[in-house]
Amino acid sequence: MGNFDLLMHGFGVAITPMHLLLMVVGVLLGLVVGVLPGLGAPNGVSLLIPLTFTLDPTSAIILLSSMYWGALFGGSTTSILFNIPGEPSSVATTFDGYPMARSGQSTRALTLAFMSAGIGALLGVIVITLLAGWASNFALRFGAPEYFAVYFLAFAAFIGMGSASPVKTVVALATGLLLASVGMDNVTGEVRLTFGFSDLLGGISFLVVVIGLFGIGELLATVQEGLSFRGVSSRIDLRDVLRTIAELPRYWATSVRSGLVGIWMGITPGGPTAASFMSYGIARQASRKGQAFGTGRPEGIIAPETADHSAGTCAMLPMLALGVPSSATAAVMMGGLMIWGLTPGPMLFATKPDFVWGLIASMYVSNVIGVILVLLTVPMFAALLRIPFSIIGPMIVAICFVGGYTVSNASFDLWLVLLFGVVGYLFTRLDYPLAPLVLAMVLGHKAENAFHQSMILSDGSLSVFFSNTLVSSIMALGLALLILPKLLHLGGRLRRRQPVE
Amino acid sequence: MNHLKTGAIAALALAAALPASAEWAPERPQEFVVASGAGGGTDNFARTIQAILTRDKLVDAPIVVLNKGAGSGAEAFLYAKQNAADPNKVIFGTNNVYLLPHIAKLAYKAEDLQPVAALAVDEFVVWVKADAPYQTVLDLVEAAKAEPGKIPFGGSQSKDTDETLVALIEQTTGADFKYVPFNGGGEVGVQLAGGHVAANVNNPNENLGQWQAGAVRPLCVFSPTRMAESAPIHDGKGWQDIPTCKEQGLAIDSYQMPRTVWLPAGVPEEAVAFYRDALKKVAESQDWKDYLAKTSQTGAYLTGEELSKFIADSETRTVEVFKAEGWSKE
Repeated sequence: MGNFDLLMHGFGVAITPMHLLLMVVGVLLGLVVGVLPGLGAPNGVSLLIPLTFTLDPTSAIILLSSMYWGALFGGSTTSILFNIPGEPSSVATTFDGYPMARSGQSTRALTLAFMSAGIGALLGVIVITLLAGWASNFALRFGAPEYFAVYFLAFAAFIGMGSASPVKTVVALATGLLLASVGMDNVTGEVRLTFGFSDLLGGISFLVVVIGLFGIGELLATVQEGLSFRGVSSRIDLRDVLRTIAELPRYWATSVRSGLVGIWMGITPGGPTAASFMSYGIARQASRKGQAFGTGRPEGIIAPETADHSAGTCAMLPMLALGVPSSATAAVMMGGLMIWGLTPGPMLFATKPDFVWGLIASMYVSNVIGVILVLLTVPMFAALLRIPFSIIGPMIVAICFVGGYTVSNASFDLWLVLLFGVVGYLFTRLDYPLAPLVLAMVLGHKAENAFHQSMILSDGSLSVFFSNTLVSSIMALGLALLILPKLLHLGGRLRRRQPVE
Repeated sequence: MNHLKTGAIAALALAAALPASAEWAPERPQEFVVASGAGGGTDNFARTIQAILTRDKLVDAPIVVLNKGAGSGAEAFLYAKQNAADPNKVIFGTNNVYLLPHIAKLAYKAEDLQPVAALAVDEFVVWVKADAPYQTVLDLVEAAKAEPGKIPFGGSQSKDTDETLVALIEQTTGADFKYVPFNGGGEVGVQLAGGHVAANVNNPNENLGQWQAGAVRPLCVFSPTRMAESAPIHDGKGWQDIPTCKEQGLAIDSYQMPRTVWLPAGVPEEAVAFYRDALKKVAESQDWKDYLAKTSQTGAYLTGEELSKFIADSETRTVEVFKAEGWSKE
């Protein structure tokens, strides 16, 4: 029960009027940067870091981490309302959140997302509390082959049960992988596929592509449909929020499963974006009946949001205990830690218990504050959809371009937003799935690096992916997720055919 | 009266502090362009300077930090080229400014930037896992000679400082390691602690946490003299207890990475002088000394002739390594 005592001590550190105020400020700031696509948590946090030099490290990390939670909440808002993911990790939320909002249930969609996010964060922080010591030792066992296996698992879980035609899925996947390989390669140091354009040296930013594909692409589709996006007349009532909360227990299985996926991806560390995709894929596979995914199914919102937040919280653990950030925001916070004179590493838990447990305790408190604050904003955000398209349409265009520009302050990215808007429109029209492309862009480069490193370590032998229990079991699970759905499908067809013969 | 007095003293102090050449002072917002992603070593370097410059009112104009870390930092240097003669863009890097053009075909040359000052050097230490059999760097070298190409040596990035140093060790001793590039020093540190690689050449603060925990152990540092004294870190040993590699019999005098500040070429001399003086005050401040101690770097304020000589030396020596490895693009 050592951890429990330490946690109680942490609450003593975290709950002071000053810290509570910092949490509220942090969450609100985070909401703002999360809602604006492109600005995002990493940028927001790095802007705040110089301001934290005057605070003591515990207050500073509470402010920064609260901002991170706020951004994670805010990122889902634009995904659901306008099909523009505010954060990379909320891309999967658009798949069902946006259709649900368009059918007039924006309050329900937002509430489901925020509540699941809160539940996910809580599951994550409970795991951190219980497993602080064990999990960091576990993460040490991950070398390059294990990393590749984790990425492979995420790919397999999402692709294995794809509903689109397999050929189209492969095309989308390959396009994503191709786009992910643009720029300088870490392992060889070579510049690839830039065609002499200096602007492509850093590769094609995933967020820029996503803003184009989803935001602009959706807009083009709406325009073609004859501006039918005429303000959804949804009732906006705080009672709807409560009604949706009451409906949550029905989906407990999805919540728990997604929470576990998120925790796994947060610790291993695959990161929140991969976690949300993987969880969405598994939820789609696990459901048997009811309306199809992608048309506004509640599980389609609960799964990615829960996984996203539990992964986001759990990602703090490898950062503190090992110095390995598993998200861009965690990387920035780690830079902050070093400037404050704290060294992330196994000894941080022993040498700075006030800091570590104050932070962990603050995660409980600030996530509760976060859920309350965002739920209060639901009616306000939901009302946005009542504004007629002629007003909101141009605003979305502006938001998309501003967001695209903010990612790396490059005007070249504006052309990319436009280009990928057209690509997104064509993909949707021709029935090519966008999700595999996005997933390949997120994980493609990391998976490639891990694969390349494994090959260097093993002198080119594939057996390295089955060289110990850990890596073999992850690979086996991935292969099973990839093949089993197809086999079950085939088996079902054979069985149904037998009586006829 | 007191106010008047303080004001007068402040004015006097200001007049004394301002050198004759400082006719130029930034009026427009200053862009601090960082040649690394947010949270990296160069980023911390720039943000610490930004904080000190702003707080001590050394620069009155607002300062915005921009991260342009793509292509190992080439993005920031290209940006400097595109903004030639613009004194409002200050570029923060390492030795990558003048080394990158030698190994990759890029649209800028080192001459597109002019050096303002170097403020610190980061040291390189050879680390092994705590329970590894190697006691000195030569043990490690001998092991690599016994099994050529079998001992995995982790490092950050490809053809960057880490791989260059490993190549230099190989060229000096005739050993043959299996170099595995990872993404950043923190990641390499964990790979070593987990036993997935046999050694790395991380900067001190990249491996500090793992050393505190006793997961990794330093063998030697590539510095001409031992590092500055510090409080004990693990097992009663501090930075000053790490022998230099030369002491251990490895014939490499020094290998250090400077933290450098640049302006685009063609900027008026007054602007360069302004930043040279402002950075000198930063280097003398207590906050800067705290930053150096916290990140285990060595303070070294270099400018003018000294800096040019340092850069020329470092460039010549490194390019020799590049040529021997066949990385050179010339």
